[in-house]
Amino acid sequence: MSIRLSNISKKFGPFQALSPLDLDIEEGEMIGLLGPSGSGKTTLLRIIAGLEGADSGQLYFGDRDVTQVHVRERHVGFVFQNYALFRHMTVAENVAFGLQVMPRKQRPTAAEIHKRVSQLLDTVQLGHLEQRYPEQLSGGQKQRIALARALATQPEVLLLDEPFGALDAKVRKELRRWLRSLHDELKFTSVFVTHDQDEALELSDRVVVMSNGHIEQVNTPAALYAQPNSRFVFDFLGNVNVFAAEWQQSHWRNGAAFLVPPAQPQLQQNGAVYVRSHELALSDKPNSQANLPFEIVSITPIGAEVRVELAARGWRSEQLWEAKFTHHQLQAMGLKRGNLVFVTPQTGYFFAEQGDGTATRLNWPFLPPGSIVFDI
Amino acid sequence: MILTNGRLRHKRVLPGFSISLGVSLLFVSLILLLPTTGLIMQTSAMSWSEYWGVIADPRVVASYRVTLLSALAASIFNGLFGLLLAWVLVRYEFPGKRLLDALVDLPFALPTAVAGITLATLYAENGQIGSLLAHLGIKAAYSPLGIVVAMVFTSIPFVVRTVQPVLEELSHDEEEAGMTLGASDRAVFWRIILPSLWPALLVGTALSFTRSLGEFGAVIFIAGNMPYISEITSLMIFVKLQEFDFAGASAIASVVLLTSLLLLLLINLWQARYLRRIRGR
Repeated sequence: MSIRLSNISKKFGPFQALSPLDLDIEEGEMIGLLGPSGSGKTTLLRIIAGLEGADSGQLYFGDRDVTQVHVRERHVGFVFQNYALFRHMTVAENVAFGLQVMPRKQRPTAAEIHKRVSQLLDTVQLGHLEQRYPEQLSGGQKQRIALARALATQPEVLLLDEPFGALDAKVRKELRRWLRSLHDELKFTSVFVTHDQDEALELSDRVVVMSNGHIEQVNTPAALYAQPNSRFVFDFLGNVNVFAAEWQQSHWRNGAAFLVPPAQPQLQQNGAVYVRSHELALSDKPNSQANLPFEIVSITPIGAEVRVELAARGWRSEQLWEAKFTHHQLQAMGLKRGNLVFVTPQTGYFFAEQGDGTATRLNWPFLPPGSIVFDI
Repeated sequence: MILTNGRLRHKRVLPGFSISLGVSLLFVSLILLLPTTGLIMQTSAMSWSEYWGVIADPRVVASYRVTLLSALAASIFNGLFGLLLAWVLVRYEFPGKRLLDALVDLPFALPTAVAGITLATLYAENGQIGSLLAHLGIKAAYSPLGIVVAMVFTSIPFVVRTVQPVLEELSHDEEEAGMTLGASDRAVFWRIILPSLWPALLVGTALSFTRSLGEFGAVIFIAGNMPYISEITSLMIFVKLQEFDFAGASAIASVVLLTSLLLLLLINLWQARYLRRIRGR
């Protein structure tokens, strides 16, 4: 079932949790609501479920206006962050609950309910735990039971609030894949909330990035990564290094450091250059287009990658810069802690001070007409 | 843990398990066990037939009936009303909530005799409430109903104060989960909220019941104390004491004591089993 939100807003007292926003979710889509805490993503999810009422706007499931429909009439599956299993019921009773509380006319017979519960428990691969109580299960098992319970009434919309938040990394990854395959198999429309960008990017068909009650950007994970439309999205989607640039004498300058942009008039102003940690190169000398001196503060292997932390030397940066390399690359460069190095961005995104807030994508080294790139 | 001589020793952060347990046991003995033992000792001076003669005396038996039934009525009322009160205190915000919360403890703070006299005045036929009830043909003070009123008053905090923290801990998520699954408000209450409150509610009600069994001060002023009709067991004990019949008093007291202990034991066993299931231990 498709979901359409139009002009939805919500206030908690004086706090504007959601500014009026629109969102279209297509049938069978898997949407990730991504944002820091307090960005309104959970509020939005709860409004879709009907657990929270919107102050303004309309909400449609398909063509049906459900704005005023009570949560129990909306027939959505909802998976809570802390599972919210009924502790005094066995696993089987938990899963059967939604079927047992149906109005008498629609309610399946006891035998049918039993059969359906067994099927669901098999789907979540926990048939053998039928008679256990929730407290006897691990976090991952609880999460799967919560999911089975939500799916028991065959909802067309499944809503998940930080579904994997409380699980350890390995179980998380496993459950993520499993949820995705379940989604593809059963073809319900899913919306999930997360603050983990990896999770959002891996799992969703489209990601909704939110901050301060606004939708910042809605797009596919790939497009979002390639074209972040605001500084916020950029910041939130991954570690990013910032060069605060002042336009002076045809250079972006900051103390002793400088970058030379391509010769386009809209770039010739103050702003900030964003550089991702794996889109830059290190060398032992600057060149005519980039002079960003750093001292290596630490070299930390993290799994397959090595993270190099860099402190600006001779110019100001609010935070340490980060560069990521493979072990192999790093070995070839022969870097050590305390070395002085120069960064050359390969790809950067320029946010102009006077502009519409969107980024201009730049690639180095480029060749301005009539000049030669040379090392200083 | 420190490994010494191949044996595992637990290193405690806080010292003095033996001292704290010892002191606790000492005071439990002095305050609880010693008087109880004294009570049994007193009765042991009697023969079985004498004992039976005292505790099965028709007037005393009638007092058991009055006490048990009144306590039962009072604790059931408290179970329902206490649950409601705890619910209101936990779930809603309203002006005066703090005050109401503090008022719940009033029966604990007030001397029971004061409560008894006040209730008796209020519910007497010429009292403010009593006169209204008299219009309806209900005689409150100096009747078993008065006993129930006094018992309700003195034991309501037990229910509220045991249910309240459990209700506060209860997460809204489970209720909301119930609602998203299509459960009606009634189903949510009966099948999700109440099962979580059961242990606390039952313990609170049982405490209220046992307290009512032993209540003396508040009850005697309002009960009227008519033999076979509105005499409570505590009064029987008091009467025996005034006759310097310590053995007889102890004999009746032992019946009350055993009843209360047995009830509390049963409730605790049941609660432990129920909680073990919920908490998965």
